[in-house]
Amino acid sequence: MSYAQQMMMILPEIVLAVGALVLMLVSAWGGHSSARGVSWTAVAVLIGAGVALLGPASHGGEAFYGLYRADAFGAFAKLLIYIAAAVSIMVAPRFFATTSGDNLRPEYPVLILLSAIGMSVMVSASDLLTLYVGLELQSLAAYVLASFMRQDTRSAEAGLKYFVLGALASGILLYGISLVYGFTGSTLFDVIAQAYAGDRSLGLLFGLVFVFAGLAFKISAVPFHMWTPDVYEGAPTPVTTFFASAPKVAAMGLAVRVAIEAMGPAVDQWRQIVIFAALASIILGAVAAIGQTNIKRLLAYSSINNVGFALVGLAAGTQAGVSSVLVYMAIYIVMTLGSFLIVLQMRDADGMPVETIDSLSGMSRTRPWLAAALAMFMFSLAGIPPLFGFYAKFAVFSAAVESGLFALAAVGIAASVIGAYYYLRVVKTMFFDEPAPAFAPMDSKVEGGLIAITALVISPLGYLLIPALLSATNMAARALF
Amino acid sequence: MNGFPILSVMLLVPAVAAVVCLFLDAKSARWLALAATLVDLALGIVLWASFDIGGAQWQFVEHSDALFGSFSWALGIDGFALLLIMLSVFLMPICIGASWEAVQQRVPEYMAAFLLTEVLMIGTFAAQDLFLFYVFFEAGLIPMYLIIGIWGGVNRIYASYKFFLYTLLGSVLMLIAMLWMTQQAGTTYIPDLMNHDFPVHAQTWLWLAFFASFAVKMPMWPVHTWLPDAHVQAPTAGSVILAGVLLKLGGYGFLRFSLPMFPEASSQLIWLIFGLSAVAVIYTSLVALVQSDMKKLIAYSSVAHMAIVTIGLFAFNRQGIEGAMMIMLGHGLVSGALFLCVGVIYDRLHTREIDRYGGLAINMPRYAVFFLLFTMASIGLPGTSNFVGELLALMGTYQVSTWTALLCTTGIILGAAYMLYLYRRVVFGDLTKDDVKAMPDLSMREIALLAPIAAVVLWMGVYPESFLAPMRQDVAILLERIDRAQPKGDSMPTAGNPSAVPAAHHGAEGGAH
Repeated sequence: MSYAQQMMMILPEIVLAVGALVLMLVSAWGGHSSARGVSWTAVAVLIGAGVALLGPASHGGEAFYGLYRADAFGAFAKLLIYIAAAVSIMVAPRFFATTSGDNLRPEYPVLILLSAIGMSVMVSASDLLTLYVGLELQSLAAYVLASFMRQDTRSAEAGLKYFVLGALASGILLYGISLVYGFTGSTLFDVIAQAYAGDRSLGLLFGLVFVFAGLAFKISAVPFHMWTPDVYEGAPTPVTTFFASAPKVAAMGLAVRVAIEAMGPAVDQWRQIVIFAALASIILGAVAAIGQTNIKRLLAYSSINNVGFALVGLAAGTQAGVSSVLVYMAIYIVMTLGSFLIVLQMRDADGMPVETIDSLSGMSRTRPWLAAALAMFMFSLAGIPPLFGFYAKFAVFSAAVESGLFALAAVGIAASVIGAYYYLRVVKTMFFDEPAPAFAPMDSKVEGGLIAITALVISPLGYLLIPALLSATNMAARALF
Repeated sequence: MNGFPILSVMLLVPAVAAVVCLFLDAKSARWLALAATLVDLALGIVLWASFDIGGAQWQFVEHSDALFGSFSWALGIDGFALLLIMLSVFLMPICIGASWEAVQQRVPEYMAAFLLTEVLMIGTFAAQDLFLFYVFFEAGLIPMYLIIGIWGGVNRIYASYKFFLYTLLGSVLMLIAMLWMTQQAGTTYIPDLMNHDFPVHAQTWLWLAFFASFAVKMPMWPVHTWLPDAHVQAPTAGSVILAGVLLKLGGYGFLRFSLPMFPEASSQLIWLIFGLSAVAVIYTSLVALVQSDMKKLIAYSSVAHMAIVTIGLFAFNRQGIEGAMMIMLGHGLVSGALFLCVGVIYDRLHTREIDRYGGLAINMPRYAVFFLLFTMASIGLPGTSNFVGELLALMGTYQVSTWTALLCTTGIILGAAYMLYLYRRVVFGDLTKDDVKAMPDLSMREIALLAPIAAVVLWMGVYPESFLAPMRQDVAILLERIDRAQPKGDSMPTAGNPSAVPAAHHGAEGGAH
């Protein structure tokens, strides 16, 4: 295979890398005043990378002697990642204008682009070292983003916490990788899969456990979820928007690829881990969210809860299961982005952000449309039909039932009722309680438009997207089998 | 009516009106909601008029496969669905009318929520795809949660949560069962599933999963506790729709899913249904007897009446099933009307305490007449709708289990006791309280709400054939399907020695149509 062909397969990453480097130079020389220009250019770069997915990047196959795989699965995940990253950039300028005293610094979009490169590499990795490089590139950019508001102690704390725990998780993952390498003699997924298909030694099982533990940290599945609420709460809201969406898709994509491609033959071994993580995430995510008073912490637990549901699809371990995970993640990021877009609108009369759930009180009378949109997102996250979130749960549970995992399906869906309780609490606060002081009016057409689009996708009209979504996810899932 | 998608139109009219309502002011929202529900009523009448009795089992079928990927937009009705849709569209304009003056806050949202409820109710009865049914069935929680929570009474938040979480917990297990069923049968089309023979060992689990959902909706003892709370806190029209139609979803579910899809399991678990129902009838009737809150009393009486529906459904014979359907329709009208009657005096005095009233027959004679009619109908007096249903259901049950029939018949006596006791305390007696003296009699609007229900209640009581005819063939199909699992009755009735008279009778009956 010629070098040019291989380059075409990684064209999205090249577009992002060149874009990020050029924009870094622009921001170094241009200073603060270049922030808006850099932001919009970064969005354009992400769109460019998305367009580049149309080429060999989505169906080229293996590149660089098996280190990297350009397939439909990666392309689907990348598309979601780029969309989420672009939204995270678009919502930032207004937020930073009112909080940190000075305007958005141009490094913000650059860091997001760098993180996006890392995530692209993650979902396309077919070698444990490619995986690790991608993961670290994504994580390092994310640590900086978490502490982006330097003067704010909560933000600094979030960054530090994320870094320390992230480093620990990377250590666990690397240890697992080293075990796997030691017992299989390769870091290539294909070779590892052959080793797992044969006689599985204790070392291989230990390696599997450590790799899954490291991945569980990245998707913030219980019991490796502790960092999530603190980081989500402390990080600036646009950054939280980003954390809750794009890296979740990337880490989930990565976990699915490792589970199916590298360790597919050991499905009976890792299925236990995934089932435990799924149920623990669903239940803990739901129970712990009940006592939260901060909307960002609530959404952090909600993301833990949702990761649990996505893992139900992975536990099935079948093509339908992988497809359902992708369906879940696609719908999940729309709901999450929509919810955080509304959190971004929560500003008091002076324009300072407020984060308490109580401040939403009576919003259906002060800001009816915004309240209606948030109510839709909440019902959708709870999985109540006719909103689109129901279909996400439907897909993963359908896959689980198809694989005969009845107990998992029954317990998981029964636990979703606990989750419904705290989503309902947000709706109750907005619709049933007496009005609190109104939020400052929305002054950004971009954010209003994005809320309208996400709400429209989540509405019953979203069901019309199912055929298109299914054909895309089925094609993506087929690439792994 | 060939080709005209009347069911989709019936869904579309209130759906569009609900969205438009949100952009209007209070007055126009009221009129639009009334107009939309009346249009749906008119469409419903057209539906009934053009329903071919004795024709194809499924009529007005609409099918669009590729629309939602894993499930399709499939609508169609049989006799059961037709009657329940008629009940929904009939009660809806009355609900809007009942809220005309009682609801003054956030009227556009209120009307939108009611119109949305109507869409979801019609959708539930008309859905022919398993998951489409589930979507409509579950989605009904959202508007009802908002109706109870926003426009409800003092303790509305507790009631709204309880309503939502109880019914949600019941339903989610049904979803898992549905997923398994569709994968096993390879179709999501309800008529096909109704003729699919599921393995007997799996039927028990599936039946229990569906039972969890329908028993909560119904509601059956001991999972009925959400109902009194929800009823007491909901606004009048909310109670009407809750008692009138939403409770029928449980019975409809048993009829559409549990019986034809899992006949063996239904037969095996008949002891569960009979046991719970017998307890429900006696226990909730006794509880109703000691209530001091009018709405709570009627709510408990609903639980008792619905228990007679369940025993009728699971009697596995024609009388039982037809009787159960008749009670569902009759109870929908009568309990709805009783809630309206409570609403009328609640609007005047703003209390539901029975002791605060008394002697209304003196200053509100017209009200007393209507209230008396509905009280008698609730007791099951011959000539009213509930008599027909209760008689048939209990007769059917007697053939299967004499004990259950005996125990449930006490419900009729207890029903007479608590309803007459309620009526005596509210309407009869001396008119002593000054604020009660000042209450005006029914307004024209209120008469316009109660009179149509009264007319239909009498129609059902005097000439039930109009309502029995559309479902006759569907009952036969259902019986044919569940016949192989027929439980052995303990009363062992022996057929008499029919002479030529019945033939002449059938001829006369046929001639009437």
